[in-house]
Amino acid sequence: MSTHTDNHAHAGRERDAHTGRETTGHEWDGIKELNTPLPKWWLYTFYACIAFALVYTVLYPAWPSLHSHTKGVLGWTRRDTVKSELDTRQQALAPLKAKLLATPIGDVEKDPELRGYVQAAGHIAFAENCAACHGAGGAGGKGFPNLADDDWLWGGTPEQILQTVTYGVRNSNPDSRVSDMPRFGADGLLTKEQINDVAEYVLSLSNTGTDKAAAGRGAQVFADNCAACHGEKGDGNPDVGAPRLNDAIWLYGGDKATVVQTITYARRGSMPAWSERLDPATVKLLAAYVHTLGGGK
Amino acid sequence: MSVAVSGGVPITAARPASREAYVEDVVRAFTIATMFWGIAAFTVGVLIAFQLAFPALNFGLEWTSFGRVRPLHTSAAIFAFGGNALLGTSFFVVQRTCRAPLFGGALPAWFIFWGYQLFIVLAGTGYLMGITQGKEYAEPEWYTDLWLTIVWVAYLIVFAGTLIKRREPHIYVANWFYLAFIITIAMLHIVNNLAVPVSFTGTKSYGAFAGVQDAMIQWWYGHNAVGFFLTAGFLGMMYYFIPKAAERPVYSYRLSIIHFWALIFLYIWAGPHHLHYTALPDWTQTLGMVFSIMLWMPSWGGMINGIMTLSGAWDKLRTNPSLRFTVTAVAFYGMSTFEGPVMSVKPVNALSHYTDWTIGHVHSGALGWVAFVTFGALYYLVPVLWRRKGLWSQTLVEWHFWTATLGIVLYITSMWVSGIMQGLMWRAYDDMGFLQYSFVETVAAMHPYYIIRGMGGILFLTGAIIMAFNLIRTVKHGQPLAEDRPAGLVAAE
Repeated sequence: MSTHTDNHAHAGRERDAHTGRETTGHEWDGIKELNTPLPKWWLYTFYACIAFALVYTVLYPAWPSLHSHTKGVLGWTRRDTVKSELDTRQQALAPLKAKLLATPIGDVEKDPELRGYVQAAGHIAFAENCAACHGAGGAGGKGFPNLADDDWLWGGTPEQILQTVTYGVRNSNPDSRVSDMPRFGADGLLTKEQINDVAEYVLSLSNTGTDKAAAGRGAQVFADNCAACHGEKGDGNPDVGAPRLNDAIWLYGGDKATVVQTITYARRGSMPAWSERLDPATVKLLAAYVHTLGGGK
Repeated sequence: MSVAVSGGVPITAARPASREAYVEDVVRAFTIATMFWGIAAFTVGVLIAFQLAFPALNFGLEWTSFGRVRPLHTSAAIFAFGGNALLGTSFFVVQRTCRAPLFGGALPAWFIFWGYQLFIVLAGTGYLMGITQGKEYAEPEWYTDLWLTIVWVAYLIVFAGTLIKRREPHIYVANWFYLAFIITIAMLHIVNNLAVPVSFTGTKSYGAFAGVQDAMIQWWYGHNAVGFFLTAGFLGMMYYFIPKAAERPVYSYRLSIIHFWALIFLYIWAGPHHLHYTALPDWTQTLGMVFSIMLWMPSWGGMINGIMTLSGAWDKLRTNPSLRFTVTAVAFYGMSTFEGPVMSVKPVNALSHYTDWTIGHVHSGALGWVAFVTFGALYYLVPVLWRRKGLWSQTLVEWHFWTATLGIVLYITSMWVSGIMQGLMWRAYDDMGFLQYSFVETVAAMHPYYIIRGMGGILFLTGAIIMAFNLIRTVKHGQPLAEDRPAGLVAAE
């Protein structure tokens, strides 16, 4: 109970009937205080925490001095731990990485070991670098090509994909893939009527047109202005990045208004040159991974 | 002289030498400001919670974007809501427990009130315009910092001056905590905000510290904003309102002394645990961790003293609205002051750091402890300050209590699940050492929990609006107190 003895008692001390404890004799705005000793479990847990702290600071880097600090008897540092963990991983992967770099891109998938590596490493490299635009799994979105189908703007062979990933599309890299569709409406190359007609013709190539007469008039406009890149039948041309127009797969949308807008203002989608951001092994890994997504040729 | 007998202990309500001498108008103003800023802070909190779930709610405007509104929420909750509660209750408590009116009378107190509101407006409008130092919880730029320093020094003078001219022989424990809060916040605020303005007509400044030293000073400040603003200050509140409402003596004077000094001494070293696994040297991280672990029991000393004071008065939890909130607050305090040391342990921190677990932790403290103890204080103070027999509606207090409690539970549990899942997804890798998930996949996985968290926020906000309505009705339509004695001792209805 109370360790205070009665001969220390002050005037005003009372014994609380409920707890049997004495008060301190102080009172503020009606508030009194019991002189209950510290709970034993509280005190011993506090001591245990202090003991743990002291032991821990002996084992690990802890107490500072003027220009240094205690190193701890375990000799542990975070820097060494991270470095050794990373080194271990990198050493384990080094042979695979070297093999990937030495193997022509077209042969990567034929090697079971490299195929496993591409799946494991390519998945996360794609998710961290590519998925933001092309979507998880490469399904694409408006303005961002689907990489899981067999419709390719710049070609779907492993070599063509590697070229595209390495140098990118319409960026400042000197080896970037570049092509520009004219702004047929904005620059006055075609009239509104001609654009309407050729849009109907383009839609008719995938049987989605609604105005046969306009499509008929548009055939000539197409032959004069579009066929050079997109082909006479709209088969497209991966050499100049001209999309195929007769497969009902649309990068920006296949409704009439969107097609009219595309012809009027053209489109200039771009992609970074990944060789400027990632090491050669990762670039190659990504190209091989994209080829395995389903649509590779 | 009224004498109540409770649990066998006669409690005499101490009377001031002259009751009229107490400065109460300014405490009333602080009470209103606390309610106002509380609802503002919770509303903005609900907005940013849903912005994380539905980015369209950024409205495409720079002023309403998450990056600007988030500090508006944190500052409104901590400094506007919490700060007004602390300033107001400290002025109320120090006068009554010293049996002395505020040092300097009403005028300096009104300067502090309006000065502090100006600080809040300067800080908040700055955030929305993109004016920030980029230091968490210390975002205001140099001109706002200087203004707050002036107001804070005035606050210290008034509070300490009242203590000096007290008519009681001893200083009550609540005032130790309030004083520690005022002094330490002054020190933290001044050091962390040392900066050189680019010009005296511009808002931009450059901080005095750079690199990892800057980070360390910032989290020395940041952690002790939690330790001294949100813990020590609110413990001061707890030490007055729980024994008053319970009409019981404080459980242990000795525990209050030991846990006060241990808390004050240990808290100030724990900041480095915010910077585990960063460029901060290993030795500093070690000390941050072990001081956090040693802090566990000193923190719990306050919980023990709060809860055990109810011994002999547990039945009052059913009837006394103030006590129900303050005691629940102490329970949340106990929970989050255990969770904190656990999260400071490095292997745990390796999982929890940068995840929503941290957000959940801070809200179990902010909603469960800080806000609930404040609600308890408001339910006690409003009838006392406006001389009402009791609250307008006991039923609405029930509604407030349960909606807010449910809101907190939704908030904390959703953030635990979301945070731990997030941490596990970040560190999941395969046999070859490649990560299993990209960052964006972890964001997508958190979406449902962000919605649950937002719902919790709506419930908490709803509870606060119910409280404001009830308190306004109490002031406007409550039964006036005929006899001039503290009404908070009387259960409502």
